[in-house]
Parts: sequence; C-alpha cells; structure tokens
Amino acid sequence: MNPDYAGLAAGLLPEAALVAGALAVLGVDLAWLRRSAPARRLRTAASIGACAVLVAIGCSLRIGAVGEVFGGVLALDPLAVATRVGVLVLTLLVLGVSLGGRVARPPAEYVVVVLFATCGFLLMAAAQQLLVAFLALELASLSLYILAGFDASRPEAAEAAVKYFLFGAMAAAFLLFGFSLLYGLTGSIELAQISVALVHAPASPLLSAALVMVLVAFGFKVAAAPFHLWAPDAYQGAPAPSAALIASGSKLAGFVLFTRLLWPGLGALAGGFTWAGGGPGWIPIAAILCALSLLIGNFAALVQTDLRRLLAYSAIAHSGALLLGVIASGSSGPAPLFYYAATYGLATVGAFGVIAVIEPMAGGAKITDLAGLSRRSPFLAGCLLVYILSLAGVPPLAGFVGKFVVFAAALKMGGLAGPIGWLAVLAIALSAVALYYYLIVLKQALVAAPAPGASGRIRVPLATAFALAAAAALILLLGLFPSLLLGRF
Amino acid sequence: MSLLPWTFLLSLLGAGAALAAGRHSAAAARRVALGTVLASWAVVVAAAFRFTPAPRLQTLVDLAWIPALGVRFHLAVDGISLTLLMLTGIAATAGVLFSWNIEERTGEFFAFYLTLIAGVYGVFLSADAFLFFVFYELAIVPKYFLIAIWGSTNREYGAMKLVLYSFAGSALVLAGLLWAYAAGGGHGFGFEDLAAAAAGFTRGQQIGMFALVFFGFAVLAGLFPFHTWAPTGHVAAPTAASMLLAGVVMKLGAYGCLRVAMPLFPAGLDFWQPLVAWLAVIGIVYAGLVALVQDDCKFVIGYSSVSHMGFVMLGLAAANLRSVAGAVLQMFSHGVIAGLLFAVVGRMVYDRTHTRKLAELRLLPLARLLPFAAVVFVLAGLASMGLPGFSGFPAELSILIGAWQAAPLWAAVAALGVLVAAAFTLRVVVATFFGPATPGGEAAPLPAPLPPITWPERAGALLLLGATVVVGLKPDLLLNWIVPSLHSPLLQAALKGGTP
Repeated sequence: MNPDYAGLAAGLLPEAALVAGALAVLGVDLAWLRRSAPARRLRTAASIGACAVLVAIGCSLRIGAVGEVFGGVLALDPLAVATRVGVLVLTLLVLGVSLGGRVARPPAEYVVVVLFATCGFLLMAAAQQLLVAFLALELASLSLYILAGFDASRPEAAEAAVKYFLFGAMAAAFLLFGFSLLYGLTGSIELAQISVALVHAPASPLLSAALVMVLVAFGFKVAAAPFHLWAPDAYQGAPAPSAALIASGSKLAGFVLFTRLLWPGLGALAGGFTWAGGGPGWIPIAAILCALSLLIGNFAALVQTDLRRLLAYSAIAHSGALLLGVIASGSSGPAPLFYYAATYGLATVGAFGVIAVIEPMAGGAKITDLAGLSRRSPFLAGCLLVYILSLAGVPPLAGFVGKFVVFAAALKMGGLAGPIGWLAVLAIALSAVALYYYLIVLKQALVAAPAPGASGRIRVPLATAFALAAAAALILLLGLFPSLLLGRF
Repeated sequence: MSLLPWTFLLSLLGAGAALAAGRHSAAAARRVALGTVLASWAVVVAAAFRFTPAPRLQTLVDLAWIPALGVRFHLAVDGISLTLLMLTGIAATAGVLFSWNIEERTGEFFAFYLTLIAGVYGVFLSADAFLFFVFYELAIVPKYFLIAIWGSTNREYGAMKLVLYSFAGSALVLAGLLWAYAAGGGHGFGFEDLAAAAAGFTRGQQIGMFALVFFGFAVLAGLFPFHTWAPTGHVAAPTAASMLLAGVVMKLGAYGCLRVAMPLFPAGLDFWQPLVAWLAVIGIVYAGLVALVQDDCKFVIGYSSVSHMGFVMLGLAAANLRSVAGAVLQMFSHGVIAGLLFAVVGRMVYDRTHTRKLAELRLLPLARLLPFAAVVFVLAGLASMGLPGFSGFPAELSILIGAWQAAPLWAAVAALGVLVAAAFTLRVVVATFFGPATPGGEAAPLPAPLPPITWPERAGALLLLGATVVVGLKPDLLLNWIVPSLHSPLLQAALKGGTP
C-alpha cells in the first residue's frame, strides 16, 4: 500500500475541523472566561462548537463522495457523506438543546466532549477496516459515557454513566473478540478482503462464534433487546442533551457502521432461515433481535410514567425497526435505513430538547409534568406534537415515510410469506400499539389542564427555540419531500 | 377542473389561519373557519358545474413525488369522488355552524377541525394509494384531539378507542398495500399501476390482500363487528366532531373499500363477498336492535349510523351497478342526515338541557320549548327512516334491489333493518320532543325558557335539510355523476353488471 497522506488529510477535514473547534473552545474558555458565569461560558463554548460543526458540514459536502481514501481504510461513498452530514446536523441541534436546560458544569468541557463524540461518529460513518471501526466506535462511546455522567450533582447521572459504561465496555470486549476471530480466520482487517475470503471460507464453529460476538456487541451498542437493559436507566439519568446525542447521532452512526460491517463485510454469511432455504448466518440472529426489540420496546413503553423511560423503550422499539432496515438493506441498499435513522434522530433530539426545557421547572420528567404545555408554551407543545407524531409514524411527517420505506424494502426482500415479511407485518401491527403511548404523552401536553402551581408561561432560550423549530421543520420537510434524502443514494 | 386541489390546500391554510386568529379572539377564529369551509365548498360547487361525467378518473394533477418508490402526487376526480366532495363541503360548513358556541380554545378547535377536513378532501381526490393513505391518516389523528379536548361523556376513553381502532385498521391497509406493492415488483402506487400488477397475482394473494385492505378500511366504515368504536366515539365527541365522524369520516372507510380494495383485487372480492354481505346485514339489524334499547339519544343515533353504514357496505358487497350506485348515494344521504340528527341532539338539545337521557328528556315539553328543533328532528327522523322525498329513500331502495339481484336473502333480512330503523327513530323522536308517552297524559309544566335557537343553528339545519330533500326529490343530480364513473374499467373489474 502506498500511503497517500495528502488524500487522508483532505478526507478527514471535517474531523479536523471538529478537533480544532474543540481546542478553540478549551482555549477561549481557559484564557478569558474562567471567572464568568457558567451560562455565559456555555453559550460561548456552544457557539464556537456550532461554528466548528458548520465548518465540518461544509467540508463534508465539499469533499463529497470521492470513494476510497488512504488505500481503502476509509470509504467516502454517498452513504458516508450523508451520514456525516446527518450526524453533524444532529450534533448542531444537540448543542442548541444544551443551552435550553440546566447548565452543564464545567460548561466548556461539555461542549468539547460532544465534539469528540461527534468526531467518533464521523469516523464510524466512513470506516472500512476493523481497527478503524473499533477505534471510532470507542472514541464515540468513551465520550458518551462521560456525557452521560456529566452532571455530578445528581446520583442518577452517576448511575446512568456507570451502567452505560459497564454494558458498553462489555460490548466492546465482545466486539474486539469477534473482530480478532474474524482476523484470525480471514487474515485481514479490511472489510473488502474479509468478504472475499469469507466466500471461500468453510463453515466453522469459530466463524459462528465471531458472528454471534459481533451481533451481541451490535445489540448492546444500539440498545436492541435483549441487550437493552442499560438504555432506560441511561436515558433517565443522563443530562437531557447527552441522552439526545446517545439516542440520535450515536444511533445513526452505529447503524451505518454495522450495516457496512454486516452487508459488504459479512454479506457472504448473511444466510437465511434454514426452513426457508437459507444456510446459517447472521440474518436469523438479527431477525430475533429485531422481533424481541419490537415486542419488548413497544409493550414496556405502554406502562411507563416517566417520559425519558418512555422514550428509551420507544428507542428500543425503533431499534427493532432499524434492524429490519439493516436486514433489508442487503437487497434495497442503505437508503431506507439511513432515512429512518436520520429522521428518528431528529424527532428524538427534539423530544429531549422539550424535556431539557421543562425539566428544571418541573423537577423531573414525569409524563404528567407535561400537563398544560399547550397553555404554558404553545410553541413547545406544537413542536412536541410534530416529534411525537413522527415517532408514531403518522403522515405526512418523516417518521411515516421512514417506516414506509423500511417496511417496503423488507417486503420486497422476502414477500409476505417469508420470515422477513412477517417481521414487517409485526412492526406494522405494533405501530398501532405504539400510537397508544405516544397519544398518552400528547394527551398530557395538549389536552390536560396545567397542574395547580405550575401554570406560568415557559420561556425557551432563543438558540434552543431555533434548534427545536429547525428539527420540527426538517421532520415536516423530509416527510413531504422524502426524495431530498432518498434521492441521494 | 384544476380548481379542486384548492379544497384541501384552502383547508390547510385555513387551519393555520384559525390557529393564529384564535390567539386574537374566538370570534375571529370562527369567522376564519366559516370562510374557509365556504370557500372550499364553493370550489367544489364550481368544479361540479364544469364536471362532465366520464367512465374514468379525470386527472387534475400528476407530479412525480418520491421517484425512489414510484409514488406520484396524483389527484383525480370522477363522479363518485365528486359526490363525496360535495358531501364534505356541506357537512364541513354545517359543522362549523354548529360549533359556533365553542368558546374554549376556539382557534385550536378549528385548526384541528380544518386539518381533518383537509385530510378528507385529500382522500377523495387521491388517485395514488400512497397519497390516499397519507390523507387518510391526516384525517384520523385530529379526531383524537377534537374528542379528547372538547368532548363530553367519557371523552378520553372514547377518543383513544376511536383513534386506536382507526389506526389499527389503517395498519391492516398499509400491510395489504405494501404487500401488493412488493409483490408487483415495486413499480408504483397509482391505482392503475397497482391494478395492473394485481392482475398478475395468484388468487390466493388477491384473497389475502383484499382481506387486509378491505377489512382495514371497513373498521372505519363501521362494519360489524368492527363497529364498537363508533357509538362510544360519537357519544364522546363534541357535536361538530360527531357530525363529521358520522358524516364524512365513516365514508372514508367505505370509499377506501370501493376505490382501493374492490377494483384492485376482484378475485378477493369474489371470495369474501358472502362474508362481507352477511356482516353488513347483521350489522344493519343488530345495530338497529341495539339502538332500540338505548337510553342516551346520542347512543341511539350512533348505533343508527352503524346500521345505515351497514347498507353502504351491503351495497358494496352486492357488487352490481345498481347496488354500488345506491351505496354511494347512501354515503351522501347518511352523511347529511346523520349530521342533522347529531346537530339537533348534541347542539340544539344537549347544550340547552344538559341531558341526553331519554327518560329525562321525556319530562320536558321540548316541542313547545324548541319548536324549530322539533320540526328539524321530525324531518330528519323521517329522512333517516328512508321515507320517499328524502335522500335515504332512493339510496336504500337501490341498495335493496341490487342486493336482491345478488342474493334475495340478503335483501330480505336487510329490509327487516328498515323496519327496525323506523321503530328506533320514532321512539327517539317521540321521547325527545313530544313529552309524556301516555296519550292524553298531562304535559309537564313549562320550566324556565331555554336559550333560543341561534342563526348559525338555523342556517346549518336548513342547509342539511335542503341537501337531503333536493337529492331525495331528484337523485339523478348525483346518480348522473355516479353511474358513468361505475363504468370505468377499474370498477367494472369488480362489478358484475345490473342496470342502474
């Protein structure tokens, strides 16, 4: 391999912009703002961070889909570019949301860690090599553990961070073990070469072990059942912007990474259902994770009283639908999966943004704390309506189109008669169940009267209002014109 | 003809405007809402004058929308959809008039209301199954808020039940449509594309797809035994929402059956026809009998709606030209008459007496207190019973004759339903307005005078009454639109002849 450092540097400009931005945030904060009020420090840090993210978006778009970088270590294909831009937009919204609630301390460091996590997501979007993939994933994960436990004043945050860290570390161990087996069996850490080697590789128990390890790790990272146990606690305890990042950007990048790993890399081992004529492979395992996530996520969400936990279980259910998208992307390409993950991220960031604003006033995030939101802040109520209905999959919002394209892809793959078709039908049926708990949320926000003693108007900081409005507008825009995203692949 | 897309565009714009106006004052929101529904109705009327019946869907707009899926923004109209657009215009206008007394969160009320109307207009204009589905769902969600915020009896339960039933039904529809789309190779969602693809399906596939799509829509049409959302929903809903629910939203389901399920999967229709027809017949008689013993007059009307929608479903199931033409006419007729009945009971009577219990209303000499309401209710009752001179008569007659041609037993049992309808209608009319049931009994003393009937109520009632009488006296006005449309190749695939 002839190292092309100039190409690598050009390809990694967005990441460089983020790191430079992070250093600038630290420098400015250290030099001038040590004695300022935390709110002001956060505002300054978030503004610099947002500029860095905007620069990174510009770089990503300008570089475009140039193909392989540095001899195939990274691939900047349309999916990678779209994922980079998607993750960066989500980060921008998270930064806006972070200004809306309780001020994180120390504020500058919070923004820096968010930027580092985003840097990890960007690398995940393009990684083509097991080692790079692992490093990117760990850069993102370690940053997210810190973000989850950032609020040192609340014991729940510590609990969330520890739980998230322990589960995540275990997942990393599984992943590394799986990767090492793959390397041992194929002699390569490049996805392209692995896939070639696997076509001729004889079925072996070690290969099965490697597959299971990778999928278990995948399940942990994206909170698919039965590896979802960390998610409700992490979503509940983490600061709202951190939870928003865990649920949005991290999910989008994670699903893209694993789709790359599973289809182009391990596509030869996709397999199928033995009674339906396929050999053993990872699709049956993914299908089981998918069905369990859909069932556990939707049914557990029905009984939640805490909005954050409800969103966590809804996230698990959405992971199920996304897994269906991963399976289906073998035949329909990654466009449906990307569309679903990106628009889901928008809605989730928005929902956590609303939580971030109302939480300091209500002292918690019970669903009943939303009561009377439409009187206290029509703007927040309107935004929440858009996010929640999009999560529920109601047209003309983006959530509906996402479900539609994923299910259509799944049905195209196997017809209604195959197991993949059944999964799609299960997911469609459960979307009617899901509407119930989403409507419970909206009932509090739009129908119920404000609780006595909590009827004052809610002020939303300008940056947060802008982020929330942008998320709602994007959801509507992408729902009405899905080709803006779907047409890019 | 290219005016018609403005119906839902205006409604959507009006929804936003009403929301904004509502922040200023309730009266402004009302005026905006009335202006919006009148304007979109005027669009329909103008289009109706320029409409030439033809045996096909006449395209209004056809743009590429989501090329990746083959989805087109395709709006088209034929006589059937024009009939239902006209109904929507009338029912929407009357609904606004009968919600003139909404004082709480008026702007939001009309915003949800007009969004629902926009969805309904959109469904009747769609010629692409994806677009159809989008509008269909747009009409479902606002109902939850209309009922849960402004409703009465057990409103949160009724609203949730209604929306979950509707959504579950639409999930079935979605599954069926996606199946057909995927099995056809994923070329497009246009009705013509899907029908062309469906021609290549096996009989088993068609049977399965028809079941999913038809019964999915039938949930919203109130087909027995999927009807249980309807009475509780109607009772919980505020007057205008009940009117819309019975008036147009249930028609969305029936229209979906006719426009999507039947023409696309004729082999499925063939297989399921007896079951659907019997369910419809059972629904007619069963809901009628249940209506006979209700004590809440809104429940009576709610069940009567289910019974009358049974006629629509029977007409569709009999699947000949006469019965289906009758079914479409019945959709119009029931939309107007049910709206009227709900308006009298929910707005004119309940908002003044604060009771809907027949036992309590019986004690009030309402015929003397509210003579206008009494006259309207008697006329609406006569129309609901299917007396000649009102729109229900040609509709139900045509359905029964068509059903007789298909299977005499269906018509015979369904005719029983007409008798039951007469019984429960007379019962509720007498009990509500004409005091003590014993002949020659002492009339109760006059209590304090009730607030007089206001002008919006009069206007709304006259509008609906006028519609049912005009169509009752000259059903050809609508049949001249409907019948040619039934000769379109798509619908002919589903129909088995018979002359109108």
